[in-house]
This record gives sequence, structure tokens and C-alpha cells, in this order.
Amino acid sequence: MSMYNDKVIDHFTNPHNVGELENPDGEGTYGSPVCGDMMKISIKVTDDVITDARFKTFGCGSAIASSSVATDMIIGKTIDEALAITNKDVLDELGGLPPIKIHCSVLADHAIKSAIYDYAQKNGKTYAGLAGFDPNADESDHNHGCDVENNMDEIVNKLTKR
Amino acid sequence: MENERKIYLDYSATTPVKEAVLAEMIPYFTERFGNPSSLYTVGQDSKNAISVARERVAALIGAQPGEIYFTSSGTEADNWAVIETAHAKAAKGRHIITSAIEHHALLHSCEHLEKEGFEVTYLGVDAEGFISLAELEAAIRPDTTLISIMFANNEVGTIQPVAEIAQIAKAHGVLFHTDAVQALGNVEIDVKALGVDMLSMSGHKIYGPKGIGALYIRRGVNLPTHMYGGGQESGKRAGTENLTGIVGFGKAAQLSKENLAAHIAKLTELRNYFVEQVQARIQDVQVNGNLERRLPGNANITFKYIEGEALLLLLDMKGIAVSTGSACSSASLTPSHVLSALGVPWEIIHGSIRFTVGDFTTKEDLDYTLDALTEAVAKLRSISSVSKDSGW
Repeated sequence: MSMYNDKVIDHFTNPHNVGELENPDGEGTYGSPVCGDMMKISIKVTDDVITDARFKTFGCGSAIASSSVATDMIIGKTIDEALAITNKDVLDELGGLPPIKIHCSVLADHAIKSAIYDYAQKNGKTYAGLAGFDPNADESDHNHGCDVENNMDEIVNKLTKR
Repeated sequence: MENERKIYLDYSATTPVKEAVLAEMIPYFTERFGNPSSLYTVGQDSKNAISVARERVAALIGAQPGEIYFTSSGTEADNWAVIETAHAKAAKGRHIITSAIEHHALLHSCEHLEKEGFEVTYLGVDAEGFISLAELEAAIRPDTTLISIMFANNEVGTIQPVAEIAQIAKAHGVLFHTDAVQALGNVEIDVKALGVDMLSMSGHKIYGPKGIGALYIRRGVNLPTHMYGGGQESGKRAGTENLTGIVGFGKAAQLSKENLAAHIAKLTELRNYFVEQVQARIQDVQVNGNLERRLPGNANITFKYIEGEALLLLLDMKGIAVSTGSACSSASLTPSHVLSALGVPWEIIHGSIRFTVGDFTTKEDLDYTLDALTEAVAKLRSISSVSKDSGW
């Protein structure tokens, strides 16, 4: 019926892991309502394993579906495994998104890293997968903080790589 | 996921062809298929059918039939009027005035002219979507050759003060074109009383077929030829006529003229009911644009703290068709240029939905939509990372 495949529609209409954890071990936010999408994620960590994750997302259908599938993907994973999850992995797990929507799956990837970054900061830990990661990096004031052209470049890059 | 109930609330995007329009068109696909340029009977029958259609379209806007030139679309009419006027008047000057809320058919024509070295002034609009007549007058320069301001806006429905704009243009010896694609059949239009020089129209917005439009060119305005060939459309726009399209547009125009007052009254009532009910049932909504001096069927509403494309999808699953100004729904990933021009903040634009009711909309359709909408908004707000409490 729509531009999305059944799996995307399913995760959008019945998203998994919606909400906020009480006393989370790590929290992260990525994006902004001004840009059209913002994901907040909270995680519980025991012995370096992500035991639970919850999300809340302001965004389009694919942003919500990406959030749902990405939280599914990290629950039960070690921090290192979770950090290794790329935007492409989220995309593959969803069975693909329309080209114009691919940027929405970047959201989950960044939000997860932000939550793990928060956990690492609070617990004095370092992870190779966080090297060079700055949770506030892309949130400049330029163009309302939404770098549409960069998103387009990213999309074009992904399309040419596929 | 397919829903049995189908509710179409996007009449500004396009309209279904009315039965009477289709019935009028059908013979011209088969037995009355003649080329209007042919001299034998079946050809002359087609020529006569086009004459009738031209009279009907002319009557809808108070023009003479000889002032109506059929095109493939409203977009083509806009391109023709703006680009050819600019070219024809280039010796006098290379400056054009338009507004920031025009349709892309107009904006992209102007961008093309800018690449050719023309200068374009894009007038801003106030929070309700109206241009300022004082700003318009101040923008006119000795080298200004054309003012093109849309009659009514496709997203927020604002109806511009067309007669006043025409007066200003005339006083300064500048031609005035208006894109009336959304206004046609929704607003009383009398080109003579209004004093416009050129006016763009489209068939599929008034329950006619797609692929047919027209440009009104006031007698006395010498707009250059737009398409060279067999001399059709008084030699201005050649190419064998879209016979069925023209016949359908003509019938749709006739019906539109006959039903205009009732159509406006019905749509206004339905639209007002819908807006009132949305405001009564759903918290934190914002109606974008002015509800007076607005297209009768248009309601543009923001549902705060959620994103429009997600809402559009949930409504689509319930069989309800609407559109959104959200960036996520556009190919460019930028939010609506119209709502941006009204000064609506981006986070509010992302949650905007345009509902447009039409001749086949019923109150029951709207009640069903209101239920689905209330449920969908609540669902998305429960998922959203922003809320009234958290703020933006």
C-alpha cells in the first residue's frame, strides 16, 4: 500500500521498546524537532551487556521503524557489539528504505552511540567503538542545525556504494 | 493493511473526474476521434467540440472564448506566461515580481529566468499568507515587466487581493499574471472585473481530466508563440489538440459555473465543521493561515509534538488520503516553502497536515476521519520524544 515494505510498516505501527527506562545506565538523544526527527534512547547495562533499551522518537514512519528495530538489535549485545552496528545494518534489518528515507536510519545509529557514550562517561570506561565520537558533533546552528545538503550527500554516497 | 473505507481529503492535489464529464468525453475517444484540423465532417465535429469547450472555460472566468488557449497543464500555462513575457519584454526591462509562496511551476520558471540574467523579487507574506500591496508597489521599478502573484495558495488556501494587485500593475504599466489553478471553481473569478492580463488554469482540479490546462491571455496582450507547428490555438500553441481533455475540461467548467455558489457553501461548511471538531477533540493543534479569504475546502493544521509523514501513514492505513508540509514527505528534504514564508517554525511545519474537502466529501467521512485522527495523534504522541511537558 505504501512506499515502505511490510517489515518497516510493522515496526512503525507496532514499535518495540517504546518508552523510557527508570534509572537508566546511559541515555542519549540525537536529532531535533526542528530538523523533523529526534530520538531519545535509554539503556540498562550489566557486565558490559545491554540488558534493556527503550526509545522515544519524534519523526516520520521510517525514523520510528528504525528506532524500533535498532533497539531490538542492541538488546542482549555487548557494548562493543552494539557499537559495531552501523546504519547499514539497521537498514538491512529493516529490509531497506526508499532512498529519500535512508537518512532516517542514521538517527538510531547516532542515538545508540550517544547513550553508550553517556554510560561510558558515567562509569569511566573507554570503548574502541566510541573513538572520535562526539554526541553533539552534528548539532550546529547552521541551517537550523539540520544539514539537509549533508543528508543528501550521505544519501547519494550510500546509493553509489550499494 | 488495506482499508475498505476510502476517504479522499486531498482535493487540492487533484479531483476525481465527474461522471457527467467522463460521459461527455467518451465519444471523442472512439467515434468522434477526428483531427480538429481536418476539413471533413468528423474533423469539423471535433473542431466544434473544442469551440464549445472554449466557450465554457471562458464563461467560468468571464473571458471571451478567443482569449482562452489550451495547454497541457497549469504548469505549462505558468511557464508560458512568465518566461515568454519576460523574453518578449526584455528590451524594456529584465525585472519580475512574484511571491515566496508560489507553486513550483512559477518559482522554477523564475529561477530559470534568473539563470538567464533576469532579476526576480520574491515578495514575502504575513503570518496569514497575504502579500503586502505597499511592498508590491514599492518593489516595482522602471525595468519591471511582469507581476505574477497566485490567486489562491495550494497549501494554506489564502486568496490574494487580486483586483488590487491588478490595479497597481496597470497603474505602473506592468503586466499581471495570476496562477488560478487552485482558485478556479472555488472562487468567483471575473477576469474583466479583476483586470488581470493572464491567468493559468487546470482541468483536473475542477473534476475534469488530468493533462489539460489553459492560459487566459487578455485580448491586447501580445504573448509570443509558445509552441511552433500546425497553427493550433490561433498559432500560439501548436500541436494536435488534446480533444478528450479539452472536452472534459469544458464540461467540468460548465458544471463548476452552474454549481459554484452551492459548492462554495458546502465546502465552507464542511471545512469549518472539521476545523472546529479538530480543535475540540485534539489538544495542541494550530490552524495555519487565515480562515477568512481562504479557499473553501482548505484546512491546514499542525498537530504539535508529532511528525506529519508518520501521521499521514497512519491515516492512509485507515483509508484516509491527506498531504503534509513536512520535510520528510518531500523529495528535497526541506519543509514546506509556503509555511516557512508564513513564518511558521520548522518543528511546527513538520507536524502540518493539509486536509482539503470537495464535492464528494460527506460529514460522515469527516466524522470517521476525526476518530482516526484523534487515535493516530494520541498514538504518535505516546511514541514521541517531545511533548507539551518536555517542550520543544
